[in-house]
Amino acid sequence: MSVIHKDTTFLGYRRENGRVGVRNHVIILPLDDLSNAAAEAVAHNIKGCMALTHPYGRLQFGADLDLHFRTLIGTGCNPNVAAVVVIGIEDGWTKKVVDGIATTGKPVVGFGIEGHGDHDTIMRASKAAREFVQWASEKQREACPIHELWVSTKCGESDTTSGCGANPTVGNAFDKLHPLGNYLCFGETSEITGGENIVAARCKTPEVAERFMFMFNRYQDMINRHKTTDLSESQPTKGNIAGGLTTIEEKALGNIQKIGKKCTVDGVIDKAEMPTHPGLWFMDSSSAAAEMVTLCAASGYAVHFFPTGQGNVIGNPIVPVIKICANPRTVRLMSEHIDVDSSGLLQRDITLDQAGDKLLECMLRTANGRLTAAEALGHREFVLTRLFESA
Amino acid sequence: MIHFVLHDAKDTVAVIVVEGVKKGDSLKGWIMDEDRMIDVAARADIPIGHKIALKDMAVGDTVWKYGIDMGKVVAPIQAGEHAHVHNIKTKRW
Repeated sequence: MSVIHKDTTFLGYRRENGRVGVRNHVIILPLDDLSNAAAEAVAHNIKGCMALTHPYGRLQFGADLDLHFRTLIGTGCNPNVAAVVVIGIEDGWTKKVVDGIATTGKPVVGFGIEGHGDHDTIMRASKAAREFVQWASEKQREACPIHELWVSTKCGESDTTSGCGANPTVGNAFDKLHPLGNYLCFGETSEITGGENIVAARCKTPEVAERFMFMFNRYQDMINRHKTTDLSESQPTKGNIAGGLTTIEEKALGNIQKIGKKCTVDGVIDKAEMPTHPGLWFMDSSSAAAEMVTLCAASGYAVHFFPTGQGNVIGNPIVPVIKICANPRTVRLMSEHIDVDSSGLLQRDITLDQAGDKLLECMLRTANGRLTAAEALGHREFVLTRLFESA
Repeated sequence: MIHFVLHDAKDTVAVIVVEGVKKGDSLKGWIMDEDRMIDVAARADIPIGHKIALKDMAVGDTVWKYGIDMGKVVAPIQAGEHAHVHNIKTKRW
């Protein structure tokens, strides 16, 4: 009997729109690079909030601009976020982000720097942040059914132990969550290369398979347009290669282990789009670790499973990132970064079912409040995906 | 002790899962799908996580892992040798 079943509950924060989060963050969200300094000053003034600084937001256009707004708004909407203070250089776009987040019903307010200056903006934003932090501090967790926990996954600094151990551990956990009706997500489009037919065959309907192949081919076309080599320096990465992964096909076959043996792929979303029904979603996304986790958080996922081989260390400001590793050397040398050790799989000391259950136990403890290694270490990588140059 | 693992009996490479494999070592391997053990002798020092060839392969041969095509041989490989970027490349890019 698995560690979870349909009557399992976790202690979460029920938000105004009914979604359940596992953290209670108050965030100071800069619209653009000019607003980072003010955002950091507010986060310094008011203890218990966090500035999500980033380098972009000016003169982006088209699909790249749409993605920028979708990511920022989605981040504010994530159920792990209790309240948001948005700061931007001017009021128009700042209001666009505020209005997008306001659809959830959570407290959100925005401040434009032009016409005010940093000091006045910092003062007004700090007053708002203080109110929000004190309000959020009274929020209580309540028991919620397990299927209301949205879980995403991405692997990073993979090596061959990822494909043999850590990724199948995630797959086993996904196979147990999927029938309960959870929203699940996987992606890393370029890293499916060599295994795309396998993923297409797992799609629930021909329409889903067609949309998946559209996303996959779109990414391949982009790579083929820009590549100057066979990508053997960047995909697989030097870290992958040092760990023993040789070709993108091999990496893909390891990557795909994360969707388990039984899950169907039930839908396809573009970068930072929100899924619309329970099931396993493929999100077109970067394979760069922090970019992809940032996209998953923007889509609304509350917990992230992150299998690693050589030891990826990233976290995320608003989503707890659970690190799983089946490489005994990494578990030994980088122990402070690892939440779930599944290296016993490769010595046949534990079964795949036991490894999956170990991960699900960690998921429950994390959902209920236990800090992941990445959270305890202060890893809060917030990395926006760009599609092309600014105008 | 399991020294290497492979997914499918059809695989022509396997993954070293212990540290310190040296040329000449007799290695025990686990075929995960069938839960069966096999033996191979290492013809080179191979780091943990890297692959060992399970049979002789010629330039142009397909390399099998997970029971699936994972790339092509670009330099001749003997069973027991280190199988990696010096003798295997992608077919895709």
